Amino acid sequence: MSRVLLIEDDRAVREAVLLTLRRRGHEVEGAATGEAGLSAMETFRPDLVLLDLMLPDKSGFEVCRRIRATQQIPIIMLTARGDDIDVVLGLEAGADDYIVKPARGEVLEARIRAVLRRAAPGDGGPDPAASQPVETHGDLSIDRKGLLVAKHGQDLPLAPSEMKLLLYLSATPGRVFSRQQLLEHVWEHSYHGDARLVDACVMRLRTKVEDSTRSPKYIQTVRGFGYRFGPL
Amino acid sequence: MKRPRFRRPAFPRPDLRRPEFRRPSLRALASGLRARLVVAFLLVAALSALTTAGLTFREARTAILKRTQDTAVSALRSQVNSQIPDYSFPPSQQKLLELTHGLTRAGEAQHWIIHVRYEDHPMVPAADVKAVIPQGLRQKVRNGIAAFQRMDIDGNAWLAIGLPVTYADTGRPSGLEVYAQMPLREDEINVRALVQAAQSGAVPGVALAAVPALIAARGVLRPVRELRRATRKIAAGELDTRLKVTGRDELADLSRTFNDMAEALEENVAELRRMEANSRRFAADVSHELRTPLAAMTAVVDVLDDDAGSLDPDTAYAVRLISEETGKLARMVEDLMEISRFDAGAAALHLDEVDVAETVRKTLQARGWQDEVAVDLPEGVRARLDPRRIDVVVANLVGNALKHGGGPVGVAVRVAEGKAPGAAGERLLIEIADRGRGIDPEVLPHVFERFFKADSARARSEGSGLGLAITLENVRLHDGTVRAANRPEGGAVFTVDLPLRHCGGEEG
Repeated sequence: MSRVLLIEDDRAVREAVLLTLRRRGHEVEGAATGEAGLSAMETFRPDLVLLDLMLPDKSGFEVCRRIRATQQIPIIMLTARGDDIDVVLGLEAGADDYIVKPARGEVLEARIRAVLRRAAPGDGGPDPAASQPVETHGDLSIDRKGLLVAKHGQDLPLAPSEMKLLLYLSATPGRVFSRQQLLEHVWEHSYHGDARLVDACVMRLRTKVEDSTRSPKYIQTVRGFGYRFGPL
Repeated sequence: MKRPRFRRPAFPRPDLRRPEFRRPSLRALASGLRARLVVAFLLVAALSALTTAGLTFREARTAILKRTQDTAVSALRSQVNSQIPDYSFPPSQQKLLELTHGLTRAGEAQHWIIHVRYEDHPMVPAADVKAVIPQGLRQKVRNGIAAFQRMDIDGNAWLAIGLPVTYADTGRPSGLEVYAQMPLREDEINVRALVQAAQSGAVPGVALAAVPALIAARGVLRPVRELRRATRKIAAGELDTRLKVTGRDELADLSRTFNDMAEALEENVAELRRMEANSRRFAADVSHELRTPLAAMTAVVDVLDDDAGSLDPDTAYAVRLISEETGKLARMVEDLMEISRFDAGAAALHLDEVDVAETVRKTLQARGWQDEVAVDLPEGVRARLDPRRIDVVVANLVGNALKHGGGPVGVAVRVAEGKAPGAAGERLLIEIADRGRGIDPEVLPHVFERFFKADSARARSEGSGLGLAITLENVRLHDGTVRAANRPEGGAVFTVDLPLRHCGGEEG
């Protein structure tokens, strides 16, 4: 299946999660510290990282930023529910999703699948424009097949959640989606998911695609309703 | 390593009732301490003025009357002395009449009326002796003693004087008695003037006494007023209120005692708060510590469930039991942690504008309840809510109705105009009703309490016992209320009453 790197300091939690993921057919590797995790990134080359935010040596946020600096692989945070600040900081650091501990194996599995699925090509928005290989929206060019987004011809490094959100919104420019709708379609969360995932992802996406994050052109906020792409 | 973190250790302060400030009414003012002090002061002043005036009056009156009497007695005596010597005894009736005329003429200034008699002969000029001359006076004169007596005739004061005539050489009584009566009218006028003077002196005196009375009342009342203000502050929760103590009088003592009381109160309350904070913190710590091992256990229950089928029946049963109870334990710890966050004031509200009907429908769908619950959801109602928290609220209430009430369970959403103070404006009402036996009225006020079990016979319910308490906290976080009641047609109804907020932009 996929290669999952788990960075978690508590031995029991680490082994339990590794056990359940291994039984579900994933190739897994565990790391007890942030440093060990970062070096495993090189040696193990995972498809996805499960990252506990409270680590003894280096905070999960720092590890997350270090990974994001070079790679756009899916990162899922493991958090304790209610540690709201952690969630926000983790999302700002570039995590794609988060899982609240304690979580059953099936929940872990579902989230891993969802994150990996959204990074896969050919599953864009509700109405993928297959006929046109590369769309142009202002300064942005979006290659849905090749999963490439470029601005002024320069490729933008987008994390999987950012990529999928941009593809989903830009498939129907001008149409407004509520946060709950975006959570359901982009993150495959239940309807009552955490809207902060959407907001954090929009913020990160804007810093990459917009000229000015204060007056966004591509990802626009519709007060009281949600977000839309354009119209330009 | 993993410490629970409380960002805002603000513990909910008990809702202290703020005492209302009442403007003193006229009646209250009249029965107030100030009025009472002034009245008492005035009474004392009036009493002392009256006593002084009364005593002065009595002394002065006695002095005036005595002088009048002395003057009259000596005048009569000298007249008698000058007119008697050429009398021969026993005197004839004619002589006696002449004497009375002589004496009356001589005493014109005194307005006296003279009567004389010799031994037991009738009074000259003739008169009813008993009526004009008091018995006691006649007796004294008979015994040879000069005497006078004051008496009252028709409401006027009169003086009666009796004088026995004695022989100048031997001092033996001659048997001749001279009586004079004179009105004391002028003296009466003098006395009345005296009373007038006392009155006209006392009234302004009493009025003047009101000034020091007011000043004294003010002096006494200032500390009392300070005390009242401080008491009111303490009642409003400002436990650090202290009074400034000046002087060594009883009121200063009272202020000092008040300060001691306030200090003791402050210490006690601080101690109670500390204990409460500690116990809440302990609950939070315990649940936090439990969570890490639970995270490990929860992650592997799937493994147990998957393989239970291949184990021998007893082991399989044990394994399934552990798997089930691990799930319950995890839920309970989560609920405990959630309550701890509310207690610590660390629960955050993430508002998003949502379609209410859609939100409720998705809540029911997510739990597979859509066929068990009858809904009345008007379309197009949008509200700014925390959808995750409202999901918990609706799920807890519907779950509760399904479990403890009786079918069919109904969920209705309404928009109403709030009229209650503090709940004005448009309100969003979510009603969850069941058709069960309803809730015992005695139990009704307690259903939102933590770990409250309506049925004490039920040893352990499916939930953590915190479901309705968490519901209440979530609703409160939205500035709303949740009520439990019995419907007249049977069954219980829970009403969530939230302010209906509209678009306010992105959530903060």
